[in-house]
Amino acid sequence: MGGKLFRNFSFFSATLSFFLLVGIFAILFTYAQESMHTFGFDFLYTEIWEPGEDDEGGIFGGYIPIMGTLMSTLIAMILATPLAMGIAIFLTEIAPGQIVKPFSIAIELLAAIPSIIYGMWGLFYFAPIVQLLFGGNGVGLLTAGIVLAIMVIPFMAAITRDSMNTTPDVLKESAYAIGATKFEVIKDVIMPYSKGGIIGSIILSLGRALGETMAVAFLIGSVMTVPKVITDPTTSIPVLLANNFAEAQDLEISSMYYLALILFVVSFTVIALAKFYFFGRKKH
Amino acid sequence: MNRLLLNKIVLILSTVSAFIGIGFLFWILITLTYKGLAGVHFETFTKDLVEGGIRNLLVGQFTMALMATLVAVPLGVLAGIYLREYGHGSKFASVIRTLSDVMTSAPSIVIGVFVFAILVDPFGGYNGWAGIVALAIMMLPIIIGTTDNMLALVPKELREAGIALGGSKHKIILQIVLQAAKVGVTTGILLSFARIIGETAPLLFTSANNQFFTMDLTGQFPSLTVSIYNLATYPDEASRNLAWAASFILTAIVLFINLTGRYFTRNKH
Repeated sequence: MGGKLFRNFSFFSATLSFFLLVGIFAILFTYAQESMHTFGFDFLYTEIWEPGEDDEGGIFGGYIPIMGTLMSTLIAMILATPLAMGIAIFLTEIAPGQIVKPFSIAIELLAAIPSIIYGMWGLFYFAPIVQLLFGGNGVGLLTAGIVLAIMVIPFMAAITRDSMNTTPDVLKESAYAIGATKFEVIKDVIMPYSKGGIIGSIILSLGRALGETMAVAFLIGSVMTVPKVITDPTTSIPVLLANNFAEAQDLEISSMYYLALILFVVSFTVIALAKFYFFGRKKH
Repeated sequence: MNRLLLNKIVLILSTVSAFIGIGFLFWILITLTYKGLAGVHFETFTKDLVEGGIRNLLVGQFTMALMATLVAVPLGVLAGIYLREYGHGSKFASVIRTLSDVMTSAPSIVIGVFVFAILVDPFGGYNGWAGIVALAIMMLPIIIGTTDNMLALVPKELREAGIALGGSKHKIILQIVLQAAKVGVTTGILLSFARIIGETAPLLFTSANNQFFTMDLTGQFPSLTVSIYNLATYPDEASRNLAWAASFILTAIVLFINLTGRYFTRNKH
């Protein structure tokens, strides 16, 4: 019967995302074996990335790209969180009705711009400003972190706005009725009510920032060195993969699979945590 | 501190942050328009990369994105239908729904690495098919998510009316529920298309790039985004100008598709 066939096809399609996730994990894990056996967990805090003579052996450690990923994400989150909260508050509580829509669309368009565009704009127009204000040579952790922040702000602001919008008007009105100011309503009524969604939006944005490639590739400097100051260039996992994966061989490419596996597992955990713990089944 | 003063400060700061956000949007768009338009000529669209144009890159990027859409849309819509219409409420559906949500935010570079391992490495070189598969993997969870959410908005009375008429389950889904959710699902497809057409990371070592015009998906395939990445890092002025022109055109395409999608659903929100 057509009905049964249709049901089976849709069931098969639904299982596909499960098999993709398992497949990605299995492939990365398999290809990373050589490096995992050679370096084990020392990989995580080894600062050296040096191919051996004639492409034999060599020492590969993930410390620099791992730290670069974490640091640039941390900078981005510190900068993006207050701004995104401000935008969400502006859109839900301050902006008059007729300007909410154009502002919302503009913020969402900011999210739609491809990351490579952020990278190019950041390299030619934003890096010189960072250099002027903070020194260094323009590209580095700080520049990458700031542009990363600009990229996640619209995403974070949109989810925060949506969860703030779920606060029942009755609750807000009761607070206003006993003389609360707008800020007190935001702080004592809206924030506690939408806490789960707000924290979830921050964690989701963190997951996005961890895996961001192209913008960071233009801006972080792409050098395998430990940054001494915040404006120093370094590299991150996605950037190292983007620039060097295609040419790598043997133990080096296996180490890159290892890094990809670490990135995949960390961002999977972070995003799953946000989805499961903070957004839960509320939607359904 | 005076609570009225504190209130004012917070409200002002929030307004300022909204304007900072908008400020960045305009800064980026104005820069792109100014730098990009200067490099856009008639020949930009008629010549290939090897001669300083982007004709082959546009065709290549659209070919891969459209093929990826052809793969991801039926699978994604079917999966969304299963989650909402057949499996709804089951443990299985809720696990798949969560996994698919997580896939939406999976790092695109990791998907590139995965596809390299299964479709480039074993077949001896970069190829267009690998790029298509990478883009389809990016697109699939987005389409599952929007289909699922759009079907959820269809009132259950419509389904009950179908049952009362004696329709079989799959007929009800295809002819009533999906019809009712048509606009939303189409918008979802448009928005996810706008997202993957601008992707670079999954293409870097799957389809890689090609300076020449080609429709052969078994070899290196031209990509607009990968070319922008390469051109922007070349030292010569001509390459950079072409990178700006290509960026301007790419952003214009992405924002146009995005706004078109929003226009269709303008009455729904």
